Formats: sequence, C-alpha cells, structure tokens
Amino acid sequence: MSVTHRRYASALGALVLAAAFALLVAQQPLWEHALSAVFPAAANPVYPSVTLAELVVRHLTIVGVSSGLTMLVGIPLGVWVTRPSGADFREIVATAVDFGQTFPPIAVLALMVPILGFGLGPAVVALFLYGLFPVVSNTVAGIEGVPRTLVDAARGMGMGRARILLTLEVLLAARVIMAGVRTSVVINIGTATVAAAVGAGGLGDPIIRGINVQNFAYVLQGATAAALLAIVADTVLAATERLLTPRGLET
Amino acid sequence: MIRLVDVTKRYDETLAVDGISLEVPTGEVCVLIGPSGCGKTTTLRMINRLIEPTSGLIEIDGRDIMSASPVELRRHIGYVIQSVGLFPHLTVAENVATVPRLLGWKRERTASRVRDLLSVVGLDPAEYGDKYPRHLSGGQAQRVGVARALAADPPVLLMDEPFGAVDPLTRERLQAAFERIQREMRKTVVFVTHDVDEAIRLADRIALMRAGRLEQYDAPEVILDHPASKFVHDFVGTDRAIKRLGRTRVADVMRADVEATADGTRGIDAAACAGTRFMYIVDDDGVLEGWVDCRVLAAGTPPEEAGTRVDWREAAATPDTTLKDALSRMLGLGFRDLAVVDDDGRLLGEVSLAAIEQTMSAGDVHVSNLPEGEVLGAPVADEGEATT
Repeated sequence: MSVTHRRYASALGALVLAAAFALLVAQQPLWEHALSAVFPAAANPVYPSVTLAELVVRHLTIVGVSSGLTMLVGIPLGVWVTRPSGADFREIVATAVDFGQTFPPIAVLALMVPILGFGLGPAVVALFLYGLFPVVSNTVAGIEGVPRTLVDAARGMGMGRARILLTLEVLLAARVIMAGVRTSVVINIGTATVAAAVGAGGLGDPIIRGINVQNFAYVLQGATAAALLAIVADTVLAATERLLTPRGLET
Repeated sequence: MIRLVDVTKRYDETLAVDGISLEVPTGEVCVLIGPSGCGKTTTLRMINRLIEPTSGLIEIDGRDIMSASPVELRRHIGYVIQSVGLFPHLTVAENVATVPRLLGWKRERTASRVRDLLSVVGLDPAEYGDKYPRHLSGGQAQRVGVARALAADPPVLLMDEPFGAVDPLTRERLQAAFERIQREMRKTVVFVTHDVDEAIRLADRIALMRAGRLEQYDAPEVILDHPASKFVHDFVGTDRAIKRLGRTRVADVMRADVEATADGTRGIDAAACAGTRFMYIVDDDGVLEGWVDCRVLAAGTPPEEAGTRVDWREAAATPDTTLKDALSRMLGLGFRDLAVVDDDGRLLGEVSLAAIEQTMSAGDVHVSNLPEGEVLGAPVADEGEATT
C-alpha cells in the first residue's frame, strides 16, 4: 500500500472508530443490560441523573476547552523559547511546565475553587496546567530537531525569520508537536474524571457518585466510557499526526 | 564584480578575518582556500550578510551590500552549502522554485525556469521534478542545490564547500558539471574549499588565506609557479607538476582518430589492425565495450584472446576529466593510453601518456625557483619545514 493510501486509510479508520464509539454511548439500554449482567445485585445499574451520551459530551467539553488552551499557549510558548528573544526564559519555562505536571491536579482544583467557584473554571485551569508539559517540551524538541543547515540555507536564499518559522520549522516539527498534543489530550481525558469533584461534571460524575453510594456499577460505567474515549482520541489524533506529516518526510 | 576592502570580522578577542581586500571580476571564479579556521567561510558568509562584518566595505557591482536589507540582498545572490540543505518536505521542483517564489514570479515563468535549470544541472525534469529530496543520491541532491541557487539567475554565486561531502567520483562529475555551467553562465563566483586540487581545477583566481589574512591572491598557475611565501609553497605541496595537470582537461590533448569496430572481435584481423595500437570495440550505439591490443594480435594470438572487455565507467576518461585524474587512472590501470568516452559511454577518442607528459614539460619551468627557507612576500612565522 502506498504512503498516500496509508495516511487516508488511517484517517478513515479513526473516523469509523469514533462513529462506533458515538453509537455505543448512545445505546443507554445496552449499557443497562451489560451492567446489570455484571452487577446483578444493583437495583440501579446505570447512572440515572443524565444519559451516558450527555456525560461524554460534557467530558469532551472539559477536555476540549482545557486542551485547546494548552495548545494555544503551549505551542507558541515552546516556539518562543527557541527564538533568540525567548532563549533566556527557556529554563524558567521548562521548570514551570514541569511543575505544572508534577503538582497534583486535585490540589489545583481545591486551590482554584475559592477563586473561580465550582464548575468548569477550576477544572479547566487544573487540566490546562497538567497538560502543558508534553506540548511545550515536544514543541521545543520538534523545532530544535529541524537541522540548522536547513535554516542556514533558507536564510541564505533570502527567507525572512517569520517565513522560515512558519514554512519550514513549524511544518517540519508538526509531527513531533502533534505527538505532544496527543499525549497531553489522552492524559487529560483520564485526569478530567477528577474534575467531577468540583462539580464540573463529565464521566467523573458516575465514578464519584458510585463511590459515595457504594454502587460500583456507576464506577464501572464512567471508567469504561472514559477509557474507551481515551483510546478513540488517541487513534484520531494519531491519524491527524499522520495527515500533518509533510509528504517528503514519510517513511 | 565583488569588491572587499579591508574587511574585518572580530569575535570578542579573536580576529576571524583580519583586513581582507580583494576583487573578483565579473564572470570569474574566486576560490577561497586555507587551513581550517583561516576565515574563508566567514569571508564568504559576510558577502551575503549571514555574518555582519565588523568593519570594512563589501561591494557587489559597485553597490555597498549594507545599503539594502539582508533579505533583499540574499535573494539576488545564489547560495550553495556543503550539506545542500534541500527542504525535505518540498519536491525537487518546489525546492528549485524557492527564490523565484520569494521574488513573486508568475507560476508559468517559475515552472519553465525550474525545468530549464534541472536540465542544465543534468537531471531530467520529468523524472526528478516530483521526487522528494530523500529519494536523491548525494550527487543528485547537490545538483538540485546548484539549480536552486541559480534559479533566479543571480549575478553572484556563493558556494561553501559545495562538493565536500560526496565521494571522489561524484565530486569529479560535479566539478565537471560546474565547469560546464560556468562556461555557459559566467557567474561571479566565490567558492570555498579545502581541496587544493579542486581550487586549481575550478579557480580563475585562488585566494589563499591563513589566520584571517590573505596570503596570496593569484591565478592558479601563478600560485603554483610563484608562491608568494613559504606558507603558500608548503600549502600547495611539492607535487605542483602533477597539480598543474589539474588545470588541463582531456579534451585539450585527446586524439579523436581512433579505430573502432562494432562487430566485436570477429571483425578484427591483422589487416584491420595495421597502423594502430588498439582497435576499440563498441556496441551498436558506439558505447565502449573493450579493445584488442594489435601488437598482441600481430604476435599470433587469436582476436578473442587478444581482446580486453571493460566497463567504460572505470576504464575510460571523459573530455572534462582533468589530465591529473586521467594520469591517475592510467597509473592505476597500468595503461599508457586511455579511451575517452562521453557521459553515456560512447567512444570519442583516446588520450596517451605521451600527450600528458608533453603538457607537463611544457609548463614545467618554475618548479624549483623558490630559494630554500627564504620568505617571499608577506611575513610568515617559522612553521613546518622547507620542502623544496
């Protein structure tokens, strides 16, 4: 199979998987059957307050907003510290994003509630900080992985700095940057279940409720859906990574 | 014309380039050469302002290079580097189109220019235009690098050890291609190398540098025959008679009146062989396949045993081969005559050791006129040994 076929095949595969997942979470009765089979004692095997589909949409909203912010801030930040103007801040930025990932998100949630109140706000801040590290470090690695001789050739031919950054460095680093985004998003899908603790909703809701009311069918429901969502997101982002890889670099 | 007047580049305490002045007349090739760290690459990179001079004046065709923006300046100067630096995410054609696109050329004009240039550097545009750089060999990549530098037809070309990273055979071909292109295009070229033979072969003038200073700036013949200092003398080496052969090409001394047959050894007998030393065997397209040694044949050996089969890529020269390389090939193969073929292996003639010897003795006049240990021209610190 040719390289071109492969990149579209993987994109198609990812779309099919995403559609299958969407169909699956929409089948509320199916989950009821499956969970009551696993937990025959449970009177109420499925989380009753909202449908699974609504939980997934809410979860994706939390992850989408926080990961979107992560990319919006992380990629430019990573690029900036590879420029002469930002080179002096490189260590500080590296330490800060490293700290962002080591600091427990649950603690960030707790600290943010007094400032931002309950709900989406603290969840987004916690996940944004938590996911910054892979995006920034991969952006730096990707840009620095572009051979200096290419940049030298580009300058020597009369390309300006902005043009070199946008048409050469970022393009050639796209694959590595996307790999960082992918890691960040997949981690955030799992971590976002914690956000239910501050009332942000999402797939963490049935898990926390399940623990509180000793109904482990709820826990299994939320955890299974979150795990499947992470797999789907990973596949979709891997296909995106492939689509963003410049053709001349494919192997 | 490129003119450098008292150009200096200082890094903190070190003087990388120390008051260089030289002129490269329009259409000539100036080769900057010298030991590592002598400032040759720094000098080259100051001409397109990849490095800004600390002091001094650099002019291209009478215009101070500081008068325009560096980006604008560089778009009118071709730039070729050792690592080639082709953009891996762009096709060969897109790579060559880089500067025309920066200059905002129309699509059709760029496309036809790209096709022309790929042909000029010896690559079929239809075959190579849509390839990506990773599919090219080192030699092909550097041909594309040269095409890219020439794309916008800049009057000036800067080449930084362009053929330094390829194998000797490929380098020889690239040098021959460069000579051919330069004969046609007459660019003003500044060329950095550390290979003396390459400098002697390609230069109209050689600028020999040491420790940031210009030791001598002269035609290769003058550098060979009248070294200005012991340093120049030692740098060029003692084999200057052989080095001088690098200035002459096979085309200048070959004979075209050779006997050849397309009938294999069948068509050869003592009569056909009379009056010639070798009867060359070619195929129907005239591509060299081997030869029969007529003296061996005359001694009674049957033609099929007196014949030698060869691969023309290894046992022949092209008209662009330097006499130095031809001689080296003869010595390596133990031949006194070498077949000359074109780029596709078609027999053109032969070059003899006698003809090379004649060239050698004709130019061989000043080899030993440098007084031993004496310093001529610029002051030179005591270093190394006298080799005369």
